Amino acid sequence: MKDNVVLTMRGICMTFPGVKALQDVDLTLYKGEIHALMGENGAGKSTLIKCLTGINNFEAGEIRLDGIDGPIRNHSTLDAQKKGISTVYQEVNLCPNLSVAENLYIGREPLTKFHTIDRKAMVEGAKRIMADLDFDIDVTQNLENYSLALQQMIAIARAVDMDCKVLILDEPTSSLDDNEVEKLFGLMRRLRDEGVSIVFVTHFLEQVYAVCDRITVLRNGQLVGEYPIAELPRVKLVAAMMGKDFDDLADIKPEGGADLSNAEMMIDAKGLSHKGTIKPFDLEIRKGEVVGLTGLLGSGRSELARAIYGADKAQTGTLKVKGQEVKINAPIDAMNLGMGLLPDDRKAEGIIADLSVRENIILALQAKRGMGHLLSRAEQEKLADEYIETLQIKTASKETLIKQLSGGNQQKVILARWLATDPDFLILDEPTRGIDVGTKTEIQKLVIQLAQEGKSIMFISSEIEEMLRTCNRLAVLRDGAKIGELDGELTQEQVMAAIAGGGDSE
Amino acid sequence: MKKPENAVKERRQINGNTLLLLITIGLFIVMYAVGCVIYAGKGFTHLQNFLNILITNAGLLCVACGMTCVMLTGGIDISVGALIAMDCMLLAVGMSEWGMNPILLCILVLVIGVVFGMFQGFCVGYLEIQPFIVSMAGMFFCRGMTAVISTDQVSVPSDSLFYTWANAKITIPFGGYYNKKGILQVPYIRVGVVIALAVLVIIFLVLRYTKFGRSLYAVGGSEQSAAMMGLDVKKTKMEAYVLSSFLCSIGGICYCLNTMAGSVSQATGLEMDAIASSVIGGTLLTGGVGNVIGSFFGVLINGTISSLVKTNGKLLSSWANIATAALLCFFIVLQSVFALLKDRKK
Repeated sequence: MKDNVVLTMRGICMTFPGVKALQDVDLTLYKGEIHALMGENGAGKSTLIKCLTGINNFEAGEIRLDGIDGPIRNHSTLDAQKKGISTVYQEVNLCPNLSVAENLYIGREPLTKFHTIDRKAMVEGAKRIMADLDFDIDVTQNLENYSLALQQMIAIARAVDMDCKVLILDEPTSSLDDNEVEKLFGLMRRLRDEGVSIVFVTHFLEQVYAVCDRITVLRNGQLVGEYPIAELPRVKLVAAMMGKDFDDLADIKPEGGADLSNAEMMIDAKGLSHKGTIKPFDLEIRKGEVVGLTGLLGSGRSELARAIYGADKAQTGTLKVKGQEVKINAPIDAMNLGMGLLPDDRKAEGIIADLSVRENIILALQAKRGMGHLLSRAEQEKLADEYIETLQIKTASKETLIKQLSGGNQQKVILARWLATDPDFLILDEPTRGIDVGTKTEIQKLVIQLAQEGKSIMFISSEIEEMLRTCNRLAVLRDGAKIGELDGELTQEQVMAAIAGGGDSE
Repeated sequence: MKKPENAVKERRQINGNTLLLLITIGLFIVMYAVGCVIYAGKGFTHLQNFLNILITNAGLLCVACGMTCVMLTGGIDISVGALIAMDCMLLAVGMSEWGMNPILLCILVLVIGVVFGMFQGFCVGYLEIQPFIVSMAGMFFCRGMTAVISTDQVSVPSDSLFYTWANAKITIPFGGYYNKKGILQVPYIRVGVVIALAVLVIIFLVLRYTKFGRSLYAVGGSEQSAAMMGLDVKKTKMEAYVLSSFLCSIGGICYCLNTMAGSVSQATGLEMDAIASSVIGGTLLTGGVGNVIGSFFGVLINGTISSLVKTNGKLLSSWANIATAALLCFFIVLQSVFALLKDRKK
């Protein structure tokens, strides 16, 4: 093995029923580098990681690890951990009911001479580990008392303390805000300098350029190439991931846009609020308009949408839909008024993992019609076929279980679910989070197309760029309150300034 | 913008689970104090009354300790009542009809408990069958076996060594009182209480200071995470059921020391008492939260209710059930409220 090379994967092949998930994929990891593993959903990133960590049993190829003679094959994550390969996933894999110290040490607790756990040594060790990484926290508190970002850092701290040579971070930044991401990057850089090799899987292009040294790009289960970061500018990276030249995203929005100020009023909220989540706000949305909600994570974007939709029943204020004052007590009322909400937590609130694509698509329409009016099988299949076709959902068949689809395609199914109810007003909460660039563009185009057809859309996203591309108007939120609206030609800087606000920002 | 560290400090809060335990302990004290005031004339204030609660519920305490361990993993074991009946029947028949040595019999009972627990644990841990179904099968099996051994009400012979153990009084050097005839009544406990308290202390230490104990919490907190952190989830689950059945068998011996008999309908519903005690003591059915100190007070509350109803003398004994039902509701609602508050804070 060459000097400095920590890990090589050569010619990895892996087949799932009917799909070649990986064909002849290589990955080389050097000591002390941050290596981005990029690709669209379904490109094979997760599969490759799982081959490395022993969750998937690859069919051909070999993995070699520095310090071990001959090829290795892990049979479980535990196996991989013992060889120095640790993984931290997007969802934190720690126990919320145990203390931070226990989470750091479980499975390898310091023992007293009676073979019982030395709690004192454990707490002290935990303090030392956290202090080493510049975190000043009470390690005896339960993990659940800390923010998701900190939990993730603790997961990383655990991995690092277990002498890991290879640290795999699988979409670690998806649920973090900018500040927390910066903190994570600081930690990653530091570990790199200490000689840890990091594989960083992410969808955020900016983040790749912020921390990574080299990039390996996969597409459709095949290796596209491995590049030093300096040799692969953003446009080329996207092109490599998509396998085609990136169509100019800025062009998807029709020039100027129609003047909607005289269009019919769709939603007219006055003083709507829900205690503890969103302070009273006014919001007007006209027919054919795309209104974006922008603000930091936790600023009340989703909460505002939930108050309109009745997911959190509004406690004050009035809501007019198409000029009629209405009372929404629960989501079903909103649905009957022609609303739809695509929730941000796709896994928990969107998909029903063990139902088929067809069943997932017809769900909302069936609920709206009520149990007395069952959709016939033929109708269901027609709907499913129609949307698989129009949204280009990549699935083996309409009877495939939705959990077998990639994230982007799951999102399309959920979109189809709402489109099937033919809504006049659609709330999309982070519809493009965690999905690949290509599908993102498709969804953005779809949003604009829907608006042109006369539907009103509320669009929530953390990516300002994306909002600028798709929205006619932006409502800005901060600390659970709507603080203003922006329209006209905007730049990212203007929006960020509005989000940050004056005075209390540092 | 706020720095994360500041955010961290804001999140510090009183641990809801500790609070639940304190409420349980407080409730027991209040209940007992009320009993002392109302039934002062009927001997409720004497130390012996409290000790009697321990004597009657020694078996239940052992079972509740085991149940808590199983519930910590997110499981449940409803076979325990039937297993106790089988143990008692085996002890009674073994001594009276087969003439077996009581020490040997006790060992046999414990071995049966372990084997039985291994079977149940294997089904739950390795075959991943619902614990409710597995232990329900176990319950039917044990009840059935009890009847196979004997359908009669069998008593432990009064000339056996076991009888001597059962009647041994361990006196307490304080808290005595003079009865109406002026004779000093020295408070005492029985062997079963000593065994049960020993079990309580050992399990408390095991849960807190051993890898196995912490693994139970980890598995109950998040099975997937526990596996990711390198714990053997299957083995841990299996061990929890082995422990439960083993402790249940110890409980069976304590139970028999108290009743001195075996019968098919013995200890019916005891599993529910054990679950109720654990829940009242702050153990969550979803796993990951709870400890045996809480369960101990759960058992005491259970016993105090019965004792109150018994001391009253006029009340139908079923009122004890209704009181337990009310308490269970109270605690479950309390747990939910705490969980909701926690979510709200996030």
